[in-house]
Amino acid sequence: MIAFVLRRLVQSLSVLIAMSLLVFVGVYKIGDPIEMLVSQQAEQSEKDTVRRNLGLDQSLTAQYASFLRGAVSGDLGKSFAHGVPAIGLILEKAPATFELAFVAMILAVSVGIPLGLVAGLRPESALAKLIMAGSILGFSLPTFWVGLMLIMVFAVQLGWLPSTGRGETVTIFGVPVSFLTLDGWRHLLLPAVNLALFKLALLIRLTRAGAREALATDYVKFARAKGLSNTRVIGVHVLKNIMIPIVTVIGLEFGSVIAFAIVTETVFAWPGMGKLLIDSINILDRPVIVAYLLVIVCVFVLINLIVDVLYSLLDPRVRIGTSASGH
Amino acid sequence: METKPNLALPAAQIPLTAEHWWREKARDFAASKIALAGLVLLVLIVTLALFAPQVSPQNPYDLSKLDIMDSKLPPGAKSGDGGLTFLLGSDEQGRDMLSAILHGLRISLAVGVASTLIALSIGLIVGLVAAYRGGWVETLIMRIVDLQLSFPAILIALILLAVLKQGVDKIIIALVTVQWAYYARTVRAAALVEKSKEYIEAARGLGFSGGRIILHHLLPNCLPPLIVVASVQVAHAIALEATLSFLGLGLPITEPSLGLLIANGYQFLLSGKYWVSFFPGVALLLLIVALNIVADQMRDVLNPKFAGR
Repeated sequence: MIAFVLRRLVQSLSVLIAMSLLVFVGVYKIGDPIEMLVSQQAEQSEKDTVRRNLGLDQSLTAQYASFLRGAVSGDLGKSFAHGVPAIGLILEKAPATFELAFVAMILAVSVGIPLGLVAGLRPESALAKLIMAGSILGFSLPTFWVGLMLIMVFAVQLGWLPSTGRGETVTIFGVPVSFLTLDGWRHLLLPAVNLALFKLALLIRLTRAGAREALATDYVKFARAKGLSNTRVIGVHVLKNIMIPIVTVIGLEFGSVIAFAIVTETVFAWPGMGKLLIDSINILDRPVIVAYLLVIVCVFVLINLIVDVLYSLLDPRVRIGTSASGH
Repeated sequence: METKPNLALPAAQIPLTAEHWWREKARDFAASKIALAGLVLLVLIVTLALFAPQVSPQNPYDLSKLDIMDSKLPPGAKSGDGGLTFLLGSDEQGRDMLSAILHGLRISLAVGVASTLIALSIGLIVGLVAAYRGGWVETLIMRIVDLQLSFPAILIALILLAVLKQGVDKIIIALVTVQWAYYARTVRAAALVEKSKEYIEAARGLGFSGGRIILHHLLPNCLPPLIVVASVQVAHAIALEATLSFLGLGLPITEPSLGLLIANGYQFLLSGKYWVSFFPGVALLLLIVALNIVADQMRDVLNPKFAGR
């Protein structure tokens, strides 16, 4: 178990180093953040001062070395644009993103699994065909465009829901959240639906495939032969056995939901870390980009760990850390 | 396994030449009416995109043909000089949306197909080498593949483009970078299965070179799963390019793909001028749906697990 966790950590660390190097080399070679930060009319001397203050006058290796020195002690540098620690900036925006991602995931799971079960249990019915057609559509719809269309219909045409922002928040344990106020929900609904759509389609297909496979197995046939009720066969025998792949996918997809939140946040002007990333990329605010990557990598490590633990709980055959990972 | 009544011989006795095999798969494909409809739609879209300069009512890039007085006209309106009907409306600069969409389709398709072909070639070579060589080469390659696939494609592409900046070549580099690993993994898995079969051993026994065995024996037999992955990935590549362009990180304004057209309409959406964003999105949606339907059926047809279902 410990070796397994260590290997994961080393892997993630190498991803982080590769990505941060890429960002460093990129910002060093291609863009000049100074041009974005200082006004066009500024004197050369003024630009030089800013450059020196940000440490951008040093060589690439010196810059990266000082970044590594700081990173070891938890300091990822100050944002070029905002002048405050980058990691603080990201962490301040993180709750909004996580809230959006959680609500989207809950939405996808609570709608996707029942629909997938219906489609899998009666694959020839009209309803199943409709669900599957819907899931192909859900797969094909580009997230950002769906977001625009949601805004067009529900915010512009019908005027039911607001199109941007996060709305009223309540602070619990020092973290501002939207889901406790009505206004917060009004703001949350459209972005969450937008973000959930793709995962919803995925879960429908996964559940359907799992249900079809489970229905054909001997233990389900035997359970039916024993005269167990339909509800019990489906609720216990079928559902339990399709939960393993579904839990894995839910876990792994959560990371991609957070990544895709970048798009949804941009469309709905949702003040999360994805929008901050896009803004920072546009002005080449390197410390913020690197800090975002660090947070994302940590989230991924955590998710993978949780999924592996859940996996071993659901399937006793799986032993964490051994080479037999139950495939 | 065979369900077709016109075949009197059991499957095992049919002389299975490559040509015969492909013809049989084509027949399986055509068995689904939805898949056939998807294919027709796809062919139609590709044809329209290829001949965009010939079929569009207007050259959307020729600024001298545009009249600012025709700005943001609704669908069906006539241009100021009465010469042109804007079937799908016009944009801010008085550009015919239908023409812009046809040209945008061309760019989206070109970028999607080009990046898929390059990624496929790289993945094919890397995957075959990994499977054939084994040892530390394989371990190294597969580690990189696993590492990359554990990260969302959009994030890698975003960071790459942040560094590379806009451009057709840049977005193709980004799309290839995020896609090659899928192919490498698929090819390696297929090649490992094939490698242990007797015909490869026979080829080795005959003293053929490694390169010849890879090219003439392994490669053709690894193609079916690769085609399945590629057909899904083209749709992904196109959607990803549109998303990146929408975020302002993909294609430059001089080469407006569908994603950029949608982004341009974003600002007019709130004032109710929906058509500037809506119709490019519909075009993108139709293209991706058609690709996904075709890919779905291809997977069913080419996957031995589902054969004869």
